Amino acid sequence: MRKLSNIFWLGTKELRSFLHDVVLLSLVIYSFSLAIIAQAQSSSQEVHNASIAIVDEDQSNLSRSVRHAFLLPYFQMPQLIAESDIVPLMNAGRYTFVIDIPPRFEADILAGRQPEIQLNVDATAMVQAGLGSSYAQQIISNTITAFLSRVDKAPSPPVGLIVRIAFNPNAETGWFTSVMGIINSITMLAIILAGAAIVREREHGTLDHLLVMPLTPFEIAMSKIWANGFIIIAAAGLSLYVVVKGVLHVPVAGSIPLFLLGVAAYLFFATAIGIFLGTVARSMPQLGLLYLLVYLPLAMLSGSNTPLESMPPWLATILQISPTVHFVSFAQAILYRGAGFDVVWPEFLIVAVIGGVFLALGLWRFRSMTAAAAM
Amino acid sequence: MIRDGAVAVLEDIALRYGKVVALDGITLAIPGGCLAGLIGPDGVGKSSLLAIIAGARQIQWGKAYVMGRNMADSKVRSELCPRIAYMPQGLGKNLYPDLTIRENIEFFGRVFGEAQSEREARMDELLAGTGLAPFADRSAKKLSGGMKQKLGLCCSLIHDPDLLILDEPTTGVDPLSRRQFWRLIERIRARRPNLSVLVATAYMEEAERFDWLAAVNAGKIVATGSPTQLERATRACSVEEAFIALLPEHERMVPQTISTPQRSNENAEPVIIAEGLTRRFGDFTAVDHVSFTINKGEIFGFVGSNGCGKTTTMKMLTGLLPSSEGEVRLFGRPLDGRDLDARRRVGYMSQAFSLYSELTVRQNLDLHARLFHLPAQKAKARIAELVETFDLVEYMDNQAQNLPLGIRQRLSLAVAIVHEPDLLILDEPTSGVDPIARDQFWSFLTDLARNRGITIFVSTHFMNEAERCDRVALMDSGRVLATDTPAGLMHARHAGTLEEAFIDYLEDAERARSGAEEPNSDPELRPAEKAAGFVQRPAVSRGMKSRFSLERLVACTVRETLELTRDRVRLGFAILGTTFLMLVFGFGISTDVNGLTFAVLDYDHSHESRSYLEALRGSTYFQEKPPLADYGALEKRLADGEIDAAIEIPPGFGRDIMRGQSTAVAAWVDGARPFIAQTIRGYLQGLHQLYLGDPLMKTSQTATHEPALVQIRFKYNQNFDSIYAMVPAQLAMQLALFPAILMALAVVREKELGSITNLYVTPVTRLEFLLGKQVPYVGLAMINFALMFTMAQLVFRVPLKGSFPTLLLGTLVYVVTTTAYGTLVSTFARTQIAALFGTAILTVLPATMFAGMLVPVSSLTGMAQIMGRFFPMSYYLPISVGTFTKGLGFRDLYMDILVLVAFVPVLTALTMLLLRKQEH
Repeated sequence: MRKLSNIFWLGTKELRSFLHDVVLLSLVIYSFSLAIIAQAQSSSQEVHNASIAIVDEDQSNLSRSVRHAFLLPYFQMPQLIAESDIVPLMNAGRYTFVIDIPPRFEADILAGRQPEIQLNVDATAMVQAGLGSSYAQQIISNTITAFLSRVDKAPSPPVGLIVRIAFNPNAETGWFTSVMGIINSITMLAIILAGAAIVREREHGTLDHLLVMPLTPFEIAMSKIWANGFIIIAAAGLSLYVVVKGVLHVPVAGSIPLFLLGVAAYLFFATAIGIFLGTVARSMPQLGLLYLLVYLPLAMLSGSNTPLESMPPWLATILQISPTVHFVSFAQAILYRGAGFDVVWPEFLIVAVIGGVFLALGLWRFRSMTAAAAM
Repeated sequence: MIRDGAVAVLEDIALRYGKVVALDGITLAIPGGCLAGLIGPDGVGKSSLLAIIAGARQIQWGKAYVMGRNMADSKVRSELCPRIAYMPQGLGKNLYPDLTIRENIEFFGRVFGEAQSEREARMDELLAGTGLAPFADRSAKKLSGGMKQKLGLCCSLIHDPDLLILDEPTTGVDPLSRRQFWRLIERIRARRPNLSVLVATAYMEEAERFDWLAAVNAGKIVATGSPTQLERATRACSVEEAFIALLPEHERMVPQTISTPQRSNENAEPVIIAEGLTRRFGDFTAVDHVSFTINKGEIFGFVGSNGCGKTTTMKMLTGLLPSSEGEVRLFGRPLDGRDLDARRRVGYMSQAFSLYSELTVRQNLDLHARLFHLPAQKAKARIAELVETFDLVEYMDNQAQNLPLGIRQRLSLAVAIVHEPDLLILDEPTSGVDPIARDQFWSFLTDLARNRGITIFVSTHFMNEAERCDRVALMDSGRVLATDTPAGLMHARHAGTLEEAFIDYLEDAERARSGAEEPNSDPELRPAEKAAGFVQRPAVSRGMKSRFSLERLVACTVRETLELTRDRVRLGFAILGTTFLMLVFGFGISTDVNGLTFAVLDYDHSHESRSYLEALRGSTYFQEKPPLADYGALEKRLADGEIDAAIEIPPGFGRDIMRGQSTAVAAWVDGARPFIAQTIRGYLQGLHQLYLGDPLMKTSQTATHEPALVQIRFKYNQNFDSIYAMVPAQLAMQLALFPAILMALAVVREKELGSITNLYVTPVTRLEFLLGKQVPYVGLAMINFALMFTMAQLVFRVPLKGSFPTLLLGTLVYVVTTTAYGTLVSTFARTQIAALFGTAILTVLPATMFAGMLVPVSSLTGMAQIMGRFFPMSYYLPISVGTFTKGLGFRDLYMDILVLVAFVPVLTALTMLLLRKQEH
């Protein structure tokens, strides 16, 4: 009882301190609002406004239709260039795609001679090159089919393929990046807030002050965890309702309270990391440097940017012990696919168990740091 | 108004920090060629005034003439600064803690343009004169306070100034070092009679030795004159009394009781017994076999300089720090840090003000009452009582950070005794508090000890406070020299004051150590040295080259390099950070999609359906999971994330094909990750086309083939492997992030630690300062480049297809721009943490979004494109990707290199505009 009361009252102090820290407060607000919107509207994972040029050696009706078939928002208006310019312009990165339509292209098609049309892709522009080349291929095929149907030589294919994308029919990347942005902000802030809460007390000498009172390191650490966790859950919930659903109009399939429950489980891990770093760092700048080296790998290798399947198998295996990976995975399940507790509980459990281990580690570090508080 | 003989003349100088008035219209002529002083408590404006005279702080209102010249003119300042030396407040504030004594002095010598031979001669002279010679290779951070101040003096005197400005040079220094410091000043003045020395101090007793002094209070000059003049005018017998007499009536509060009322019961039981208490940190012994006993109701004082072990001892007594050796009994029981009951009987006030400054007075008191679990009724009464006693009523709802220091100390004390402890441990409770508030504070302490029987253990470096304790322990270098009543100590040493007694003990300790450690013996110069000592330099070498000096630039470079190599954390981060993150990003950001899972819902089970699926099953991208039984299973397994795609073959698929009726396969793709979903869609469509074109496809119709073939050529990267794009991009990204962060930290670190003052008051120009600091970081970045380049070859197996010299040249220019970008960001930041996050955000965002790493710059529009065009990485990325993957050379890339070159002067000029040569 005494313990709980101490933890509660110390936590209220944390909340008050946080509300007075203008820098941290604005960081939290920024990373759950503007940063989310910016990420949702960036088109880093789709073909958007891709630059394209056409070498038209045919100058026929068909070649002109091909040219006019490339439209915004996927492609810019194709520019006409000479064949000799292909190499220098692609070297300079001016165009990601260059289509070369050979002479007598239309005539060859009408004669059924199956001519070749060349699509040059700058394969160093990874996202656009991959998706864009299949788009461009599709656009060219459709244009030719449409052309042939007009001249009544359309062979209608015997088998069609209808691809439906579940949970996100138009494959809008904003749906993905906005929620992944929230997830990354949760990891980022949990570490910063908890770490800063420790370092701030150390720099101001208030930690000594607490430690000579009848309080245990466990109570002090727990008060920081609940207070900072509360701030993050509140901010993440608000951001989902107001920014993601309200401003960005992303339909959230599953239950937000279930997701927040998962966040709570995850926060034990993330704040424990923060506390751990707070005990290692001697000053705020050191905390910042350590934070960069811990947060970036956690976030980059969590599956929120690139799927785990694309990483080397050994790395993907090691990453199974990272709670962030499971967090991202169940967040996607709940928020996009509408999964319920019956589906995600194993991952909740994994996150809670690993989080518990890290928390114990963080508390142990904190205790031994307070035991050698000087210097 | 230029007065004869005045070294500095101030006319109506005023200064504000925000709403706070620091200087309130000061008009003053400070006489030259003598020891002139400013006296007054902390925070009355002494430091601001000195900073203005030294040219370190910008003049807001009024005029300041130093040596007859107007300090508002930057040209005058740069001409005068070789003649002025300024030692700011705070022990070793303008020194470089990681540098040795010799390196510190060398830096100042170089900055003032001294030739090496001259510099070394003067340095030897100064080191001998101050007694620092045996410690020349010790780093500044390991020096005691007294030695730091001597080093500060050496650095100030290396260029032989005409005006020496010392801001509180002896605060926190032990009395013996303090005396030696003043003797040193006297000797220097004896040799250079024309030297003007201007000192600020809060120790009133030091002011007795000044030739002239000005008493400052609340941003105003209260009186000026010689000490005797002031004492006579106020009929006081000391400067301290004179000062108090000069204050306005309502601020005056004559110290009522200099001595503490006697204790009644001398033979009370002991509260603390310490026996042979020792604490070591590595091979450094901070506290060395300290023993003492403190009795109930006693005020026991720990007296000694900063860093003599007072705080460490107190931390051991509170259980904050385990002792290495020795024993402590608290309230008759062995000390146990985890004993919460013992902690309830102790109140502690640590050195720095340690309450929650963002909480109000009421909230602070409330919080502590709750943490000590006072019952609500009792807590209310207790808080009311404390507020009454400590006179805090009018401040109840103010935030602690907004209170004057004296009031804050009272609040700290109130909080420390909210739970009515039996023992109160106070670590330097009055440092930084003015004499009047200090006096008040002590009367509270006396009251607590005498009337409530609280035992008080207090540490201080003020002798007049030590005199008010019942008993004191004199401490030096971790040892207790003597313990007794103040009168007893003075008697034992036949000394007139406690200070003299202390000095006597210190000298004894010194002799016992026989010069093994600290140079506390007063070094006398040999006659030959005396003749040569501190002679004025020939006038020739004093003519400073003003505009640009390579020598000063090199001085900055040497210093920064030395500091960097000694800061393990920064250096480790700088060297290993890039390679570590390159590994993470190299493996972590990939746009290759493989290992996709699918399952089949085959309603047909015909030969045709199997042949349709054949292509899919043969694809290396896909991996098949057990087939789906029905539509429900399809939905569930998609929702569980078990499969990425599901293929549904309708009933009668084979039959329809045979009959030539059109039919359709349906595919469901998990859209949770849109990029993957789109990629899968592309793959499926491709495979479908392949199926249609397959001549083996048996239909009743004649096999149709595609009217045209679209041949896709992935240029530069035939296998379309993202690593060939990602690794060169990572090179660009890491070389944008790390040099910028480190550079920004390097500049802001100086702001935070105070050594930026050297930019203000020495002849170093902004350009020399910036470029000089930049050189080591450019070198470091090139080391990073070498490491990452090697990693690209060995770990990621990304070969360089193009021209290495082009890449090398491009990289060199690029890291010069990114370090310059870091300095530009640093001009906006005040703290290192702000610089760190500011630079990180301002680099990562444009680097990932606008510089072509994920989205080609050619696809950007509007603001994004403009931001991309003004970010150096947009021009380096084509060089890096071009040489690595596209196999390009100088002829293809020279334009990008030229643009990068153009960034350098622009960024540097912007930084110069924003970086000030004066504090404002």
